[in-house]
Amino acid sequence: MIEHRDDQGAKLGMWLFIFTELLLFGMLFIVYAVYRSMHPEAFRVAGEELDVTMGLINTVILLISSATVAMSITAMQQGKKTLCLSLLGTTLFLAVVFMVNKYFEWGGKFEYGLIPGGEALLELGHGTILFFGLYFFMTGVHALHILIGIGLFIYVMLKIDKDRIHQTDYIWLENTGLYWHLVDLIWIFLFPLFYLIH
Amino acid sequence: MSEEKTHVVPYKVQLLVLAALIGLTVVTVLVTRLEFGALNTLVAMLIAGVKAIIVMAWYMHLKYEKRLLPMLVAGVIIILLLVMFVTFFDYSYR
Repeated sequence: MIEHRDDQGAKLGMWLFIFTELLLFGMLFIVYAVYRSMHPEAFRVAGEELDVTMGLINTVILLISSATVAMSITAMQQGKKTLCLSLLGTTLFLAVVFMVNKYFEWGGKFEYGLIPGGEALLELGHGTILFFGLYFFMTGVHALHILIGIGLFIYVMLKIDKDRIHQTDYIWLENTGLYWHLVDLIWIFLFPLFYLIH
Repeated sequence: MSEEKTHVVPYKVQLLVLAALIGLTVVTVLVTRLEFGALNTLVAMLIAGVKAIIVMAWYMHLKYEKRLLPMLVAGVIIILLLVMFVTFFDYSYR
């Protein structure tokens, strides 16, 4: 039986999805830019509440995880299944570490009542409320993408293990990789915009 | 059925790209510590833009794709930047 598939088409479809994601986050960046231009001082002061070290660690974690996904595709193309799986396992691990860091980061803010609608936050100025609203929403939507990515990696790894994804048919792995790089791409902009305001 | 030859990116290239991305991240942190005023954000965004291009070119394989895909991506990004630009001016001069 001849198997019909169109890897180029599948990849183009993935890119079309990525475009919608770029527009989604792009609009959020516009909201951020407009509010920041209206409250520059409040954003600067509020931005200093964020832990640069934590943000930097998470940035490096995402960058390394992007590299391991990219390398897992090379391993797949060379037919090295075990290497591919261990690289994907590393990515999965790093994604979980990112979420654990996020948990502690957000948890620390919640303890001080810095939570959308929280009493301590509502007592602060308008600009500060906007900053934290955007911070929680934008990093929250990003974290949701990380969670979806974790699910995708588990799925892809299971498929590789069962040889449903193999050296000559690995578009699932490639598209999951594209998705993960998009998540990395968005964080590349989120990090300086929230953690590095001076 | 796809019989086209795909480009295999060597591990060494991917690790070099990773090193460049981490290096640029460190540069961003150091640069934003300096006092350039409003320029800080601009510099940070320019570096982020360079990092984004590196990720898209190597990790997202745009460098190795046929011309259609890179052109589509460039088009979408230009539209996005235009929308940002126009919205921003609308708000600034209201």
